[in-house]
Formats: sequence, structure tokens, C-alpha cells
Amino acid sequence: MIAASLKKRLKYFDVDLSFSCASKSMMVMIGPSGGGKTTIIRILAGLTTPDEGQVIFGDEVWFDSFRRINLPPQKRQLGYVFQDYSLFPHLNLLDNAAFSATNKKEVDELFELFKINHLKKRKPHMVSGGERQRCAICQALARHPRLLLLDEPFSALDVVTRRGLREELKSLKGRLSCPIIYVTHDINEALFLADEILPVVDGKIDSGWMQRTITREPGEGTQAKGAREPRLSLAY
Amino acid sequence: MDYLALFVTLKLAMVTTVVLMVLAAPVAYFLAYSKFPGKSFLEALIYLPMALPPTVIGFYLIIMMGPKGWIGRMWEMLTGGSLLFTFLGITIASIIYSIPFAVQPMKAAFSKIDRRLLENAYILGLSKRAAFIRVIIPNSLGGIAAAAVLVFLHSIGAFGVLLMVGGSIPGETKVASIAIYEAVEMMNYSAAAMIALSFIPISYAFLLLINKLNEESRT
Repeated sequence: MIAASLKKRLKYFDVDLSFSCASKSMMVMIGPSGGGKTTIIRILAGLTTPDEGQVIFGDEVWFDSFRRINLPPQKRQLGYVFQDYSLFPHLNLLDNAAFSATNKKEVDELFELFKINHLKKRKPHMVSGGERQRCAICQALARHPRLLLLDEPFSALDVVTRRGLREELKSLKGRLSCPIIYVTHDINEALFLADEILPVVDGKIDSGWMQRTITREPGEGTQAKGAREPRLSLAY
Repeated sequence: MDYLALFVTLKLAMVTTVVLMVLAAPVAYFLAYSKFPGKSFLEALIYLPMALPPTVIGFYLIIMMGPKGWIGRMWEMLTGGSLLFTFLGITIASIIYSIPFAVQPMKAAFSKIDRRLLENAYILGLSKRAAFIRVIIPNSLGGIAAAAVLVFLHSIGAFGVLLMVGGSIPGETKVASIAIYEAVEMMNYSAAAMIALSFIPISYAFLLLINKLNEESRT
């Protein structure tokens, strides 16, 4: 279980929220782009330092501003799948996934599971975006993460690939014992995947955001400050 | 033809390249990834040898490496000999003379690496040093090779700085560029022409190599 209570001053707004996510559960953090979701994920990963707050994983303190504890990302043992471009361009897919694998044999099993076994020897630029993201997920899982962070992992992909991967991820979810935090701005994705939904708007929890976004009439001027997205399409 | 001078030139260029690449890589990393007040002043200082006349660099090196300079005195205390007019002396001079040509291309290559790759490496458990070796270096091979070629070419062409620090001792400090100069001074044009000619294919081949590396790093 991971619990966080964070404050961080950003350029246009302040992040100020608390949440927790249990093991074996997927929390989807949703909200308009530019609303602070990635900052929160980066804080959990140890890549960004909050101004104030705590991040506690089980009985381990990862960050505590008061006690001046800040565990570096290397020691948090987590999996982080970025939007794109996080695979190492000089390594083939197999070496990428095995980059810090605890057991190299498992990488083969993961490749089998994600159906990219035939692409092992290809470099990242020689495969499609969907295949790259599959490999990125394998890379994150091969490390036996204690927490899995997925920051809009499928948003650079086309709708069909995206749907397929979304389903694969849902079926994978049952096999993982760690908490999973998934970031998206897509309501469909959130409803499909989530055990728990955390709507974040301008750095704060805004539980009415989803309702407002779904029911909002076109032309209604109630868009949140951070919402630089057009109205979400519910067509697919 | 003065094969000995050519041999000293190539030996000097090789040693300079190998030593300087190892020394310059951490400096380039530091310049590419750290931010601190006064960084541009430090950077300009590191690039200064590129802007100074070689005789000016040579002059300060003589002062420092001579019997009254602190490096010269320390060396004399340790070994009993002098640094001036030795191969080691011109190697130090050549390294200092070529520092900018090693640091600048490597720094450019390191800065081009996507920040997210490094962050991913840290998340996957790599220390900064491990990430440098396993991620930064393999992804900036083009820039590193370009730096090595530039340093090599720049060292085989060194003249003024070496003449000041090393003089012209055959087999020790007399490099090909000095041999050409001396041959011309003695009106021995055919000897000068032979050595001069031998430079052209070497330099040309290395330039072709640089162009190829640049093209590759662009794609």
C-alpha cells in the first residue's frame, strides 16, 4: 500500500492533495492535461521533490519533508512506464527489457505474454509505438516493482492498438500484487481499468470533475482552469 | 624522409587522444548536466586554449613547467629531471592545447540525450555513474568519436606550443611539423615536401571520418 500527502508549488497552481492506493489495486488518476498528474507521479517515483508532505510505502518512508527523508528513485524499486521514448535506443528490445531484470528467464515469459517474442532482436526505432510500449511494460515488470506507475502509457498510440493494450493490461492486473497507479485524461480508459478513480484538477482532488465533464453541454463555460483539452470524445 | 619525426608526431597524437578522452569525458558530463552559478565562466576558461595563440599557451607552460614554476619544481623533486624538452612535457602541452576539442563535442553529444532516458535508468536502479557508462556513453558514440578524431588531428598539427615547450630533440620532442619548419629553414625543400605530403592523406581520411560520424549522428 502506498500513501501520499503532497504539497508542491507549480507555476500556475499548487499541488495539494492526499491519497492512498492498496496493493493489488489499480488507482486511475484522471483529469485534464496540465493538471499536475505527471508531477504527482514523478514525486512518487522520486524524480521530483515536493515542497512539503510525505510518501509512505508500507512501513517504509520514501519521502518526509519534516524528517528530511528523500529516498532516491534507485532505491524505491518501482516500475515506471512513460508516455513514449523511454526505451534505450542503443539496445534491442530484449536487452531493454532485461536491463535491470532480476531473472532473465522471466523476460522471455513476459515477451511471450505481450506477444513481442519475434521482435527481441529489433531496436526500438524498428518497431511500432504499441510494440515499444509493450516492451516498456516488460522492462518495468522484469524488475519486480513494488509499485507500478503508468503515465499515459498508451496516449501516443492509435485507437485500435490502444484498446488492445488496455485489455491486456486489465488481464495482467489480476496477476500483479503491487499497487498500480495509472494516469490518463481519458474517461473511458479510467472507467475500464480502475478499481478506484482519483480525479485531479489543477493539483487538487476534484470529485465532481468526471460528472461535469460527461454531462457538460457544448459551449458551457465551466471548464476548469487546467483544462486545455477539448471536450472528451465519448464516441469510441 | 624524417620517419622519426613522423613517428613522434603519431605517438604524441595517440597518447594525447587516449589520455584526453578519459580526462575530458567527466568534465563534459559535468558541464552538460550540472547547473551552478559561474558555470559559463568555468566553461569559457576550459575553452580558452582554443582562443589563445599557441605561443601564449606555450609561454605559460614554460613558466609553469620550468625550474621555477610549481609543476616543474614538483617534478624535479619527484624525479630529479626537467619536464621541459621531454616527450612527457610536450604531451602535457598537447593535452592542454586540445582540451576544448575534446570537451565541446562530447558535451554537445551528452546534452542531446533525452532526459527521460536517464530518469528511466535511475528508476531501473542505476547509479549516476552506472547510467553514464551504460546509457550516456553508448548513446553518444558519434560525439565521442568526433571528439577523438578532432583531438588527434589537432595534435598532429600542433607546432608553436610544442616548439616552445619541447624544442626540437630528435626522437623525443621533434615532431613532423617542427621537422618541416627546420627543413625549410635549411632550404631543404624536398625533405619538407615529403613530410608535408604525408600529412595530407592522414588528415583527409580523418576528415572524411568526421563527416561520416556527423551524418550518422544526425540520422
